[in-house]
Amino acid sequence: MPLPTLDVVGILADNLRIRGSVLPIPARQATRWARDMNLPRGGETVLYTGLMYQLIPYIERLVALEERLGNSPLASLTGMGRRFNRLVNGVAFVARPSAAERAEYDRIPANVARLLQRAGVQFGYLYEDDLYAGALAHDLGADDAVALHARRVFALLRKHGVREVITVDPHTTNMLRSVYPGLVDGYDVRVRSYLEVLAEQGLSFPAPLSGKVVVHDPCVYARYENVIEPPRKLLAAAGLDVGEPENARLLTWCCGGPAEALYPAKAAAVAASRVAQLRTVASDCVTMCPICLVNLRKSADGAMRFRDISEYLVEASAAASAIG
Amino acid sequence: MSALVAAELARELRGMGPFDAEACVNCGFCSATCPLGMDLLPRRLFRYVLFGMDDQVRAESEAVFSCLLCRACEQSCPAGVHITENVRLLRVWLLREGS
Repeated sequence: MPLPTLDVVGILADNLRIRGSVLPIPARQATRWARDMNLPRGGETVLYTGLMYQLIPYIERLVALEERLGNSPLASLTGMGRRFNRLVNGVAFVARPSAAERAEYDRIPANVARLLQRAGVQFGYLYEDDLYAGALAHDLGADDAVALHARRVFALLRKHGVREVITVDPHTTNMLRSVYPGLVDGYDVRVRSYLEVLAEQGLSFPAPLSGKVVVHDPCVYARYENVIEPPRKLLAAAGLDVGEPENARLLTWCCGGPAEALYPAKAAAVAASRVAQLRTVASDCVTMCPICLVNLRKSADGAMRFRDISEYLVEASAAASAIG
Repeated sequence: MSALVAAELARELRGMGPFDAEACVNCGFCSATCPLGMDLLPRRLFRYVLFGMDDQVRAESEAVFSCLLCRACEQSCPAGVHITENVRLLRVWLLREGS
């Protein structure tokens, strides 16, 4: 049984309004991936992670808690939990992923930074001012909180003199590129996914990979942002045989992840049907969205391998290796 | 079930964003392509809105909030309805109603 929807959405919206993220985590943890990279602070072009990958281990912990609570009498106390959470950041108490769990997802923004460096792109990073963009709150309809937050993010971009951002995931790309212009007067930031930047800039692959992979298009990249060809171009250039599932490109099939925050069982059913489609093509699947990655991986339960596209590209653009 | 047609709800939603459910031709292609298999959404839901049946919309809160917003439905919509944005605006309305 799901938790009370309006209370759960209310907690997420309260967090975004009060603490700048639906799931507030300490800045030192959100920026840990960049600790040894010596990225310049700010600049005209910045890598904007929007914390999506860094948040995944916390989301996993919260969803597991939600699944337990949803089947217990404690579910009726969600409204009280919302009132408590307004005063104290509840995430800090209930979601504490291990260092190993965090490291796995912190690796993705680090991969992206390395890829951009290898492609000769000049960029900075906003460190503690690299805020979550508000995608989940926007999807759930918390428009007032999202509008406030969008203005907060734009003010930070202006403060750092940012004119262009390079994004890491589809949801942040969509928020900054397609949603914010409707929420913030004078919004004039150029927004591109790192996949678009790399495909346009050109990236050499001195250690080409081999093997067949199946590509899973995230709905938001394919149907919201028209980011369809860049990942295929990059994977092919990296030496991989890129297979297409039954539903691909504009007809891609959702991973189920968007339902996970409120209805985990429904999310799992959609993920299972997508995994079944992907498995018929290859045992290695390329994802390019943190939500897709975690939801499909969980559904497959080891029956096939899911890896973020940046993992493949980093391998092929550095030391020699092969998948499998 | 009987109801009087009332335009206030649709008008309110149009005031919140680009709500265009009136363009729906009730063909059902959207439901057929939905990964969740939600046969209630969106055509029947849109009729509730256009008829001003606020209570029915509230009763379908779970369907509204479980939509994936994946836009698979929009690929097959012959009328070009912005189905997912309509559903998202219904979430905005439900949240404001419930707060």
